[in-house]
Amino acid sequence: MAEPMGFFTDTTVCIGCKACEVACKQWNQLPSPEGGANTMSGDSYDNTRKLDGINWRHVKFVEQFSEDRVGGRWLLMSDVCKHCVRAGCLEVCPTNAIIRTEFDTVVIQSDVCNGCGACVAGCPFGVIDINPVSKTAQKCTLCYDRLQAGMEPACSKACPTDSIQFGPVRELRERGAKRVSQLNDGGESRAYLYGADEKMLGGLNSFFLLVDKPEVYGLPPDPKLPSRNLVPASMFSALGALLVALIGVFSFRERRSGEGEDRP
Amino acid sequence: MSEIASSTWFTTAPHWGWLIVFYYLFGGLAAGSYFIAALIDLIGRREDRPIARMGYFVAIPCLMVSGVLLLVDLYRPDRFWHLFLQSNTMRPIFQYWAPMSIGSWGIIVFSLFALLSFLAALAESRHLSWGWAGHLRPPSIVGRVIAVLGILMAMYVAGYAGVLLAVTNRPLWSDTPLLGMLLGVSAMSISASLLLLIARWRGLKFPGVRSLDRFDSWVIGLTLLVLVAVIVSLGSVARVWLSLWGALLLVAVLVGMIVPLFMRWRSARSAQTSALAAVMVLIGGFILRTVIVFTQQGIQP
Repeated sequence: MAEPMGFFTDTTVCIGCKACEVACKQWNQLPSPEGGANTMSGDSYDNTRKLDGINWRHVKFVEQFSEDRVGGRWLLMSDVCKHCVRAGCLEVCPTNAIIRTEFDTVVIQSDVCNGCGACVAGCPFGVIDINPVSKTAQKCTLCYDRLQAGMEPACSKACPTDSIQFGPVRELRERGAKRVSQLNDGGESRAYLYGADEKMLGGLNSFFLLVDKPEVYGLPPDPKLPSRNLVPASMFSALGALLVALIGVFSFRERRSGEGEDRP
Repeated sequence: MSEIASSTWFTTAPHWGWLIVFYYLFGGLAAGSYFIAALIDLIGRREDRPIARMGYFVAIPCLMVSGVLLLVDLYRPDRFWHLFLQSNTMRPIFQYWAPMSIGSWGIIVFSLFALLSFLAALAESRHLSWGWAGHLRPPSIVGRVIAVLGILMAMYVAGYAGVLLAVTNRPLWSDTPLLGMLLGVSAMSISASLLLLIARWRGLKFPGVRSLDRFDSWVIGLTLLVLVAVIVSLGSVARVWLSLWGALLLVAVLVGMIVPLFMRWRSARSAQTSALAAVMVLIGGFILRTVIVFTQQGIQP
């Protein structure tokens, strides 16, 4: 297996240009939403709104302004599939359409997926959705085809500020830690890495530098694997079945007499 | 976004809507009807066999409807077989950790048992001239084996659907491990009600009809207890039901559980009351499934 590859997204240098979104759409030939209709959000510069089957990169615009608009800041973050080391989508997929590649990335094989939707509900980050053209679940592949050809993913290649950096995850983590130190030394004490260590789903191969709580960026503070519920939910179901079976035995077992007369 | 109750708040809703609500209804009716039928066959009175036969007759059409609903719900129904065979190697695929995988196999295996019992019921009612088919039901040894295995598979099919919801990351569904228990227990209750309704409609007077009534009442009580446990286990996530969905859940509890229990308690031996209560349980069961499937849809990242 090749070395694990991933993204380090430094949100502090994102300028919200959306070049990553455009590059991703172009390279992966992703369709426009609603057949190309001009859909504006109406309340933000963010018109993409979310990651889904046709938007594999999404620049989030978080506006933190006071009521009078005197003080405030923009938080900009180019969101993408986290390519989790322990991936929720991969463990719930019933068709083996979702695979882990030689680059330790997570890829949905569109020719295998039957669009059951299990991965859509299983992803802890809300990354996956159905592509209305292929009618299969789709998400960022970390440009698997480009990686196989020794090329850099389209989004990081297009990023003009190096907010999105691509490379071996080990190197990216070192780079991220240095950047956090640099920001802390410069007075930005809120900077931290989200998903860079193994505590979060074994580590996110696509991790982020943030300067506010995860939920402010629309990220779960404590993402979990769907399988956490498999054993307890199965045990409780079995208990329910057992109780019903007991009621059934007491209700239907042969009795002597005196039953069966109904009033009209 | 308002206050965050759980990390599940940041996930995307799968496109599981009315087709899945109806699947939960018909799948539950298939599993529950078979369960009751086979239980009567195994431990019930001999004169109640027509009720068991009715259960087998209900299970098969419900299973067929369930299968069609699941198939149509796929975005690529032409690839439904990818659930069973690895599409590039054609080897069987069975993933014990993925509820949708084991659930798909579970439905297939359950269908096999349900079909065998259905054939036996057909033979017994002389709609089928295959004499050997009659031995596929108890008291024959083969029939007993089929009924026991079929009961286990019926309980599995009734419960796995809720486990499938728990093994996601969606709000409500994955915030409690009790939905499988709730849907499984409720499946038995709505099935007993459906069989009761058919029995009352056909004017059957077997002692088993009263047993069905008693079984249904106890299972409704159990369903109510499990629902309370679900709400408690949800903790702060339960506030998702401070909404129209919560109001609908209350309707499900009143119409499908409390009022039927009260009606049966007040006039235990009235056939009309029993039939009306059964209709209400079925309506309540449908509303309960609607609430469980749809509540999480409005919560998006």
